Amino acid sequence: MEGLKECEANLVVYLHPSKAKCAGDAILSELSSLLFTYNETFEGVVLAYDPNICSNLAKILPGIQPYFGVKLKARLLLFNPKPDMVVEGEVVKITPQSIHAVVLGFSSAFIADEDIRHDFKHKIKRGKEVYVSRTHKKHKIKVGTTLRFIVKSFDEEILHISGSLVADHTGCARWLDKNLDEWSQADSTIKKRKSGEGEHEKPRSDRLMVQREILSLENDGQVKKAKKKKKNIVES
Amino acid sequence: MGVPDMDELSFTDSELDYHVRNALKAVVQGDCDFYNQLVAVIHHKERLVAEEVALLVTCLKAVTGAVSSIHIAHHRSLLAAIFGMSLWDYGTDVMDALVELLVSLASSSGEYVDLCLEMLVGNFIPPSAPPSASYFVELLKQPRGLAKKNQVLDRVHSTLKDIATVVPLSPLRLEKIVRDRMPNIYTKEPFIVMYVENMLRLESGVMGELVGSTILIALVDRLIDLDVEIAWDEILQDDFHKGIFDMELEDLEGHADHIEQDCNELTREALIQRFFSGNLVAEKLDSLMVLTFEHLRSCAESGRLVQVFEILLQSFQKTILTAYKSKFAQFVMFYACSLDPENCGKMFADLLLNIFVSSLNPEWRMSAVAYLASYLARAKFVPVSSVAAMLESVVNWCFLYCKNQEGDINPKAHKVFYAGCQATMYVLCFRMRQMLVIPRLKSQLCLMRIEDILGHPLKPLQVCLPSIVEEFLRLVKANHVFSLPQSFVEYGMLESENSRAFGGMERFDMFFPFDPCLLRKCDSYIRPNYVYWSMVRSTYDEDDGEGTSDEDVEEAYASRNGMSIPDDGSGRSYDDEGHSDADEFDHYLDKMSITPRDSSNKFGGRMQRFMQMPSKIRPSASPESL
Repeated sequence: MEGLKECEANLVVYLHPSKAKCAGDAILSELSSLLFTYNETFEGVVLAYDPNICSNLAKILPGIQPYFGVKLKARLLLFNPKPDMVVEGEVVKITPQSIHAVVLGFSSAFIADEDIRHDFKHKIKRGKEVYVSRTHKKHKIKVGTTLRFIVKSFDEEILHISGSLVADHTGCARWLDKNLDEWSQADSTIKKRKSGEGEHEKPRSDRLMVQREILSLENDGQVKKAKKKKKNIVES
Repeated sequence: MGVPDMDELSFTDSELDYHVRNALKAVVQGDCDFYNQLVAVIHHKERLVAEEVALLVTCLKAVTGAVSSIHIAHHRSLLAAIFGMSLWDYGTDVMDALVELLVSLASSSGEYVDLCLEMLVGNFIPPSAPPSASYFVELLKQPRGLAKKNQVLDRVHSTLKDIATVVPLSPLRLEKIVRDRMPNIYTKEPFIVMYVENMLRLESGVMGELVGSTILIALVDRLIDLDVEIAWDEILQDDFHKGIFDMELEDLEGHADHIEQDCNELTREALIQRFFSGNLVAEKLDSLMVLTFEHLRSCAESGRLVQVFEILLQSFQKTILTAYKSKFAQFVMFYACSLDPENCGKMFADLLLNIFVSSLNPEWRMSAVAYLASYLARAKFVPVSSVAAMLESVVNWCFLYCKNQEGDINPKAHKVFYAGCQATMYVLCFRMRQMLVIPRLKSQLCLMRIEDILGHPLKPLQVCLPSIVEEFLRLVKANHVFSLPQSFVEYGMLESENSRAFGGMERFDMFFPFDPCLLRKCDSYIRPNYVYWSMVRSTYDEDDGEGTSDEDVEEAYASRNGMSIPDDGSGRSYDDEGHSDADEFDHYLDKMSITPRDSSNKFGGRMQRFMQMPSKIRPSASPESL
């Protein structure tokens, strides 16, 4: 995942005189106020900090309130997704027109249907919405999947990412990692047969499908879909 | 605005989807025909027939599918139409379609998050523009209206939750919006009450952890706003002048009989009625306080009261304590403490003590010690051993203070000290008898340096409120606890310049925050855990000067550890012996405050002769207690 970087910052934190007794805590709370907001100085969203106070001496600002400045070096973890970076997030919602994900637990990502490559088809399986790749049936995106996608834009105000799944190296992160050779060699126009690894897994998932079918038989109404599902698997 | 002809729009759902998307794209190129029709459909909200509803639902769903094509600059009118909709105007089908659209919008781009949240928060209350406002006020009184309310609010809250799932940072925005959009104190009661209901619902929901503290703080702020809106002179209306309010509040009850004789037309109920009927602000405050109490109770039931209380404490410190003589809002703290005396009650008292002992601002210290004294005196659930411990801390501080002071009376310079002394005496007026019953506490009390303080050249007895001093000295004499120097009879009998001075212009010397609560509904929550003066006073009332029977005290406080006191029993334990004049007041006791009947020699009694001020200022001059 891109977009994360660590940096070392030289900071001066100005503290209210009333905080003189507990400067350490006050520094931490000042730094905490940076969290989860986009900071132009650092060019990113501060996710974590590790302050290192350089000296016990502080500079006192003249004024009605004699604020004192403490110098410190802090290692900061920053998040700054830029267009074309590849980031990952957890899928939280799928609709026929969009995929919604949450990146790093706080930043929402939206992928509109124009940005989902044609290879992915929206389906409803057992009442749950999924995107399934037409070429690789095992490549699925459902709620809970870790999704790898490309950043199209980033709204610094509300930390909203607009993403894209057009490129081949995007989709379900787990599948992509496992089946590196498949998609990396694949020309998007040529359908590739499954590699040995994929075959290996097939029997197991077939069993799963059977089980699922039994389960779904119990829900009336769902029977037909379940059968179709099975057909698909056999064909593939 | 014309509704598009139905025939023009004969598409299937999927076609409509496609057309809507195209229409949205066409706008960018300048072709607005279909787009305008769409906007018109969404705008149309009056008296929809079934087909129109169906059309509206379909359009909303179609727009939901096409959110990625909506652009904030090109589709202003569409967005305005959507955000101008109110869930209250539609049936459940439209509501569902609309909230789905909102979730999609909020998650499609950061620009819409605030707008969506604002719209949802706007739906906390029904549309309050003039014509519909009164319609909804009426509607909400019927079962149909309540069903509608549930339909709308359930959706609003579940949608907020849905948005938070897709946009994890949305609660951050939400807390600001909820706070900013909170109705001001001039809003009609049903609306502000409903808004607060929603706030509290948010607080107790999944997002409570994220937005809860802001919400509670905003709520307390609003309570204070309402509180300060009720001026003292509103409580002390002109009509009350006759014979009633020119006496100390605690005397009110005692004088009720005179009043009835003097001016028959002013019955007690009528006075209460008069106070409340004109006072919309008091009614609003009353309702909001009750909501808050109920919320606290539900927090206590779900075991998160302490968590909530910590936030309340911060808020108390910042707003209630610093507000000038808050009258009612502080009962939120009182009630919370009564729900969990071991934790909350202790935290509250500790905080107050801490502010008194170590804060930098003398006004806050005086205010804090006044709160502490009033709390210790009035809270039935505070065990007397804790009272003694707190009292000891206050006394110790006072002792250390005066030990280092030379010189004579100086109310201005030593006002914090005098406030501490007054607090000590005030608490003892209420609790001394109780302490004396328990040998350990009796010795603890006797070991406190109270005599040293009161006998110090700073002469607190001459400075503190004469009514308190007088009552305190009477008690001391009756119980032979302290040997106070000199004949103190002449002390405190007159309100000297001194006693006015230490409170300053603000009259902090007259501030007893937990005097009987004047708000009718609130009072019923407070009463079971509340010590009225009558409950204490009566314990030595009759046998003044002779030995007094300890059982009475025991009885008055008997339920201090339990919270369940039968309502009608709470105020009467003292009355068993049956005073001649007590009976006729019996039926009022539920409602009312303390109040020695014999005002000439009881607590606060003499004041009326010497001072007119207090009655005009003190909140406890409750119409309730009339």
